[in-house]
Amino acid sequence: MNIIERSVSNATTWFNERAPGFLPFYKKHMTEYYAPKNFNVWYYFGVLAGIVLVNQIVTGIFLTMNFKPSAAEAFASVEYIMRDVEGGWLIRYMHSTGASLFFVVVYLHMFRAMLYGSYQKPRELVWVLGMLIFLTLMAEAFLGYVLPWGQMSYWGAQVIINLFGAVPVIGPELTEWIRGDYLVSDATLNRFFALHVIALPLVILLLVVLHLGALHEVGSNNPEGIDIKKVKDENGKPLDGIPFHPYYTVHDLFGIGFFLTIAAFILFFAPTFGGLFLEYDNFIPADPMVTPAHIKPVWYFTPYYAMLRAVPDKLLGVMTMGGAVLILFGLPWFDRCKVKSIRYRPMLHKVLITMFAVAFVVLAYLGMQAGSTTQTWIARILTVFYFGFFLTMPIWSAMGKTKEVPARVPDHE
Amino acid sequence: MSKPAFVFRGLAALALFVSGSVMASGGGMAMESAQVDLSDKGSLQRGAGLYMSYCSACHSLEFQRYSRMAEDIGLTQEQVEKNLMFTDAKFGETMNTGLDAKQATAWMGKAPPDLSLIARRKAEGADWTYNYLKSFYVDESRPTGWNNTVFPGASMPHVLWELQGSQHALTEPKHGNAPCAKGEYQGQCITGFSIPDHKKGSLSAEEFDQVARDITTFLAYVGEPSALKRESIGVWAVLFLALFTLLAYFLNKEYWRDIH
Repeated sequence: MNIIERSVSNATTWFNERAPGFLPFYKKHMTEYYAPKNFNVWYYFGVLAGIVLVNQIVTGIFLTMNFKPSAAEAFASVEYIMRDVEGGWLIRYMHSTGASLFFVVVYLHMFRAMLYGSYQKPRELVWVLGMLIFLTLMAEAFLGYVLPWGQMSYWGAQVIINLFGAVPVIGPELTEWIRGDYLVSDATLNRFFALHVIALPLVILLLVVLHLGALHEVGSNNPEGIDIKKVKDENGKPLDGIPFHPYYTVHDLFGIGFFLTIAAFILFFAPTFGGLFLEYDNFIPADPMVTPAHIKPVWYFTPYYAMLRAVPDKLLGVMTMGGAVLILFGLPWFDRCKVKSIRYRPMLHKVLITMFAVAFVVLAYLGMQAGSTTQTWIARILTVFYFGFFLTMPIWSAMGKTKEVPARVPDHE
Repeated sequence: MSKPAFVFRGLAALALFVSGSVMASGGGMAMESAQVDLSDKGSLQRGAGLYMSYCSACHSLEFQRYSRMAEDIGLTQEQVEKNLMFTDAKFGETMNTGLDAKQATAWMGKAPPDLSLIARRKAEGADWTYNYLKSFYVDESRPTGWNNTVFPGASMPHVLWELQGSQHALTEPKHGNAPCAKGEYQGQCITGFSIPDHKKGSLSAEEFDQVARDITTFLAYVGEPSALKRESIGVWAVLFLALFTLLAYFLNKEYWRDIH
């Protein structure tokens, strides 16, 4: 052994003697975490969500260095970041583009779980923890959108906070308590800043750890929905599993590279994404005296916004919107199908899941529009379908003839 | 603008065409493209001059510094201080108007808006400014004597009338209840403009288009001073990441050779 090898070995031994739990932990979650060998592109979105989360935290830290959380200065401080802070425009666009891409990857990640039945037993906890992340993420995104204090920030906050006013009895007091004032104001911006930069990020990080922990307890599902732990070799390793590291770390590296290329393209050449990622009205400073002609949330909330507007009654509308998110929690218990993956499910299931995806996208589109009579009626029909899809799932998911799921993962190619 | 940036921008335009088609339409009229080219230093410099002469007396650029403008559009401190600075502001300060907001409100009913982000706050982008500057016409019923088809009821008079001349609206009777594509004048639909011979401006139509384009280009620059830098860095960032992805692809392939 030469001097370098000896010192590395000594340092490693020194560390392991003092942190004996580290190596077993590393092995359990990386080199001896056996993941199914047949992951497809849908399985990139989990790690991509992690990448975007890191991006949001890091760029967020740099943004707070120059952002002023006050109604008088917030808008100007964002422009200060865009113009006078060295590289500030890059940091700001990374954060704003990242916010939208977060929802892109999270929606695809969730849809992956629906396609392959990843929420089914024994992964219900993984799904529920993931849903909690989604719920917190929505709150985090809403709070963050208010901070630049543009017209859409201000009036978006006004509309969303007023939704709480629909709560019987305590509604008006509740909205006042949230705002900290009689209208959306400096006090609201201050508390939203506090919640956005520290409270909710901590919650999200904790939930992510629990989500991954729960996943690693039961192991990953796969596109075939086959339980790889049923067939093991003499050492107790799943025959269709491969160590997460190095196989999936290098695999994910490619996916991350591909995703970052697309993300960089958007960030550098279309950062507002035609008004979808950064809305035109938000380049106008917040003005409590002037209401924008068309108040709408950012694209990732529009499916739920369309459902809210589809209901003529305010309280029922709010309940519909909230219910549309909460009903997702029940997915593992609605699904009565014997097989997990869509590949082995009957045609009926394939058709319904496809229709659900289409309905969600169309609702997102409708939520961006001004809302003509026809559009409102389409939104109503799709809202009924959205809820019907889940509520009748215990019936339809048990119907039809499933295909035989093989014991082993079929070979590649 | 470098060539790769042009290609990337074309791709971005395609993506935006798709995303733009899902956005709510503003219900506005068709806009003529201003053909803004942010890399055209001549246009930016002329635009800065025109802006300072015709616009800056009333409109602020509260986020734009003289110094940054000088650096970005290729002027020296001396040139800017001598020709473009009409207030007692310092070179490193922002381009605020000398007009007091309170007095402006008293005189005009509403203080003229800050134009730092005018190119970013409309779905039509900078094209809105270009079309707005070209769409003033004589309307005696307005307090200023001017109206505008792009922004009907605008409280701003046509400050460039000496250059363009005085446009008069050409109209035709309304077709039933159908809304007029270019707005209304005296209960009739506007079809276009004409400039009477005795009210011609000092510039030809083409020359005035260029004036409007130069001001628009300058305001598009002011909307996002880092836009050119963003695109030029972007080309390298995307190419680097594409190369990284390619290497990761081969690395992955090598590792996965023994997995079947």
